[in-house]
Amino acid sequence: MDEALLRSLTPSVLAVLVRRGADFAAAEDAVQEALVEAVRRWPDDPPRDAKGWLVTVAWRKFVDATRADAARRRREGRVEEEPAPGPAPSVDDTLQLYFLCAHPSLTPSSAVALTLRAVGGLTTRQIAEAYLVPEATMAQRISRAKRTVSGVRFDRPGDVATVLRVLYLVFNEGYSGDIDLAAEAIRLTRQLAAAIDHPEVAGLLALMLLHHARRAARTAPDGSLVPLAEQDRGRWDTKAIGEGIDILQKALARDRLGEYQAQAAIAALHADAPTTAETDWAQIVEWYDELAALVDSPVVLLNRAVAIGEAHGPRAGLAALAELNDSLPRHTAVAAYLHERDGDLEKAAALYAEAAHKSSNLPERAHLTRQAARLNAGRRA
Amino acid sequence: MAKYLLLKHYRGAPASVNDVPMDQWTPEEIAAHAQYMDDFAARLEKSGEYVEGRALTPEGTFVRYDGEGRPPVTDGPFAETKDLIAGWMVIDVDSYERALELAAELSAAPGAGGKPVQEWLEVRPFMAEHCTTTE
Repeated sequence: MDEALLRSLTPSVLAVLVRRGADFAAAEDAVQEALVEAVRRWPDDPPRDAKGWLVTVAWRKFVDATRADAARRRREGRVEEEPAPGPAPSVDDTLQLYFLCAHPSLTPSSAVALTLRAVGGLTTRQIAEAYLVPEATMAQRISRAKRTVSGVRFDRPGDVATVLRVLYLVFNEGYSGDIDLAAEAIRLTRQLAAAIDHPEVAGLLALMLLHHARRAARTAPDGSLVPLAEQDRGRWDTKAIGEGIDILQKALARDRLGEYQAQAAIAALHADAPTTAETDWAQIVEWYDELAALVDSPVVLLNRAVAIGEAHGPRAGLAALAELNDSLPRHTAVAAYLHERDGDLEKAAALYAEAAHKSSNLPERAHLTRQAARLNAGRRA
Repeated sequence: MAKYLLLKHYRGAPASVNDVPMDQWTPEEIAAHAQYMDDFAARLEKSGEYVEGRALTPEGTFVRYDGEGRPPVTDGPFAETKDLIAGWMVIDVDSYERALELAAELSAAPGAGGKPVQEWLEVRPFMAEHCTTTE
């Protein structure tokens, strides 16, 4: 049984229930139960119409739960066994679910959890494992999120930017446990791109594909980080790169630039280059200028300083770096790199060690420590 | 969406504001303190922010490898001057500010006279274990 196919039906099945008048929280629970039942029953007894089967079973679960609930409260159940057909669900319904799950009233962690469950069709246990928290904690996080959005009208259009932020958060979480969140984020962004024609959605999809294409080359067999310049470019996924560039070019042609398209353009220039030296650094600097005009982010300016160092020499990079606040995360690491390129190995080694001490990321700290050790060993030799 | 460790000390933290040793409390005060801790953990589970919590005994020893085929060397019990961890709670929250807020709430557990202990807790961010996409 194709679990990805099963999960891809989640948002449309959920939308059918909500359109029929079920409240979002109860409908979402019912769809989860139907998914669990599908996993159990489909291998022996595959349905002819997968979506129809899910809708029928989910609706029955919803009716049963509502009845039980009503009986418990000694109230009259109002739910009809045979619902009115209601309007046919469309791709718009899927879009509404994305908006609802990324609603601005939710905290980032709640929006992420709700999106993965209600749109992605993952179980609470899978989401809990991916984020390394107990299942009970994740269950509460999801049910609180559902309560938070319970009063939100389902047919009101939301802000695409909030949805993209949530999907990018999921992508950046990487993978732990048996769920590959980066791949899941790509799947959800692809599904969103099919539901709405928006250059920034395309831009984010392109960005994810271009980054994901380099994932295998980014880690050494021992788990350590391999910087871009040292990556074996033969291990990059050229198919994903091709698709990312294709999507990006179509988006850029619409002349509505946004932060994700600009980031994807930078990633595309890296992906296109046969070596670091042959990278079009001048054009990368131009894209960083565009990006800096779009978002107020010190990380962008730090990366821009690195690009300037490659395009116009380490001294120019250091000059760009000098304009930035040295308390920024990774400022010291960038300074170390540029001083090394400039030939001041003693200073670079000291800065790498300092950057390692300041780092709050395990693989990054190990990488910076190795850089310091490499330079120190070289100077002793 | 980051994890923090809230560390509670037997020794080594600055003195609490309401610094009466627990053996001087009334049984009711001790019960109220334990109840507050349980309620706190339950509240965090409900808010979707709880990861785990454990308490440690005060006994402990230093251990080290002493070469091939030799038994481990131990050195203990700990000296009176050593910083001594009493227990921890791990939380998963959206911001550093939220971590501080929760630590302060935990520090408000009632002690002698029913007043908050105002114990000093150590808040330590977890290291991220994977790299983000910036290159």
